[in-house]
Amino acid sequence: MSNPTKTMRTPLKKVRGLGAAKDGVQHWWIQRVTALALIPLALIMLVALLKLATGDHAAVAAAFRHPVFAIVALLAVLAVFWHFKLGAQVVIEDYVHSEGLKMASLLGVTFAVFVVGGIAALSVLKLFLGV
Amino acid sequence: MANVERPLSPHLQVYRWPVTMASSILHRATGVGLGIGTLLLTWWLVAAAAGPEYYAYVQMVLGSWLGRLVLFGFTWALFYHLLNGIRHLAWDAGYGYSLPVANRSAWLAIVGSVVLAVLAWIIAYAWK
Repeated sequence: MSNPTKTMRTPLKKVRGLGAAKDGVQHWWIQRVTALALIPLALIMLVALLKLATGDHAAVAAAFRHPVFAIVALLAVLAVFWHFKLGAQVVIEDYVHSEGLKMASLLGVTFAVFVVGGIAALSVLKLFLGV
Repeated sequence: MANVERPLSPHLQVYRWPVTMASSILHRATGVGLGIGTLLLTWWLVAAAAGPEYYAYVQMVLGSWLGRLVLFGFTWALFYHLLNGIRHLAWDAGYGYSLPVANRSAWLAIVGSVVLAVLAWIIAYAWK
């Protein structure tokens, strides 16, 4: 870097700032954003679940009927599954070295997150609507 | 991978475990555990949405001694990942890198998570 004329990196490459992973700090940043969101969301949901754990079905149904709790639950589902997707991706990239198996695992995690997260979100909506 | 015999750096088994190493490994382990536990919570959510009969069945399974043990483990993992996650956020902001501080915060996350998990369950049992 001492001699700027010798650098192989083009100005366009530098200004894009995407690096070798080709998506810059996007993954890192969203992991932090969802982590920050999960501090209050996880604590609220934990308190609610510990309370509901000793109650009956009517108490659970009544809790989710409240719009504020339903929104918090939906946001928690979104943040949890997004954060999980990013974390699981890093773990797979660290330990799975064969390219085919790695790609298959990453795709599997992505699809599973949408399927299971979708089921969780739909359950919250069903409870909220009381149908 | 290298196909030459090179001297290897000392690996895990010869290190005296620094607490920061343990706390880092625990962060990943609890993360994986929480991911699996999320499946369990989703099952509970589906049961609640399905109606009182299926909910009662799932409550019975989760309320068994094994279910409670798993859920307590989940609670501890959540508190640990939460506390250690706050450590990570502090590092990202540029704080807490000195060795004494890093060692202290690692112990704080480990001991704090156990205390908070036990406290949460005591409150849950008392709060009927």
